[in-house]
Amino acid sequence: MRLAAPVKPSPVRSEQIILFRVSGQLFAVSSASVQEVRSADSLSGGAVEIDAPGLRKVRHVLRRGDRSLFIVNGAAHFGLPASPGMLVFVLRKTRTALLVDGIDKMTTMTRLQALPMSFCHEERQWYRGLTAIDQTVVPVVHPEGFLSLEDLALLDAALPPMEIPGEEAAEGTEFAQ
Amino acid sequence: MTVSAELELQSFVLLRLGERRFAVSAGQIVELVAPSRVFRFPHHTPKIEGVILRRGRIVPVCDVAEPLIGKRLTSRRLYLIAARHYGAKTEWVALPVTGECELIHAELMAAGASDEPHVGGWISHAGDVIEVLNLDALTPGPDEIAKESEIRVPLEAQP
Repeated sequence: MRLAAPVKPSPVRSEQIILFRVSGQLFAVSSASVQEVRSADSLSGGAVEIDAPGLRKVRHVLRRGDRSLFIVNGAAHFGLPASPGMLVFVLRKTRTALLVDGIDKMTTMTRLQALPMSFCHEERQWYRGLTAIDQTVVPVVHPEGFLSLEDLALLDAALPPMEIPGEEAAEGTEFAQ
Repeated sequence: MTVSAELELQSFVLLRLGERRFAVSAGQIVELVAPSRVFRFPHHTPKIEGVILRRGRIVPVCDVAEPLIGKRLTSRRLYLIAARHYGAKTEWVALPVTGECELIHAELMAAGASDEPHVGGWISHAGDVIEVLNLDALTPGPDEIAKESEIRVPLEAQP
């Protein structure tokens, strides 16, 4: 038997991440890609129901001026048991707001391993890769992996007519880039 | 045995899945390790149970028992870690096995046209004829899956 060549150490680059839970499952997202964190309650006044056929993971849309942010239920997206989403991450440079159960902690990752090639279905769009935090492997989500261009087209087609926007409810927590 | 006959022999690792034995080319084997914690997260790839941490690497655990013996393993004693080539890229995969593994030397007989894609060849050992596994067929990557679906779509589209 031959031992594989040792992994060549690469220069350490760290990235700030938020560890969050959906249905008890731990995920990570780069904190740079989270523009805002809000409580789900604070959005109840501003969110409008939407019904896009075949896309049950999005039930609400948030209107922001002429922009529409689609609230993706994290549990439905990942095929996990339904859970009461308590927080919403507004993801930077996307039209996605992600409903999650809660934040575990903020931490730093120093190594992101590409998703192994033996994973070969939708998860390749979902995750940027995997990281090990405190001897636990955590998938790092891809902010643009929650809604495909086809999904966005479906959702745009199902958007209810624009109403005069009211003042947004409670304030969220802005995340500095 | 003559020198020329010895040169024909290749090294294989024999592994056990349930009651059956299979062989993998020894050149593909990295190590044999005790089961460790499997980390699971949502995904849609069948046969992948999750990942383990090994020597600083995150290694997918691929249960190949179902296509080989028709059922999932109920008990496992070890993980056989193999190097799998995806084009120019090499990655490790952990294969759960139910018993001790054995290093043997045998002559490889080529697989026949009627053999399943996971059969890379055959060896004869201790009175048994044993399948040599083609790990590429057992652990397909995104490119292989895409090719398979390209082939399947026109076939399914036929009346």
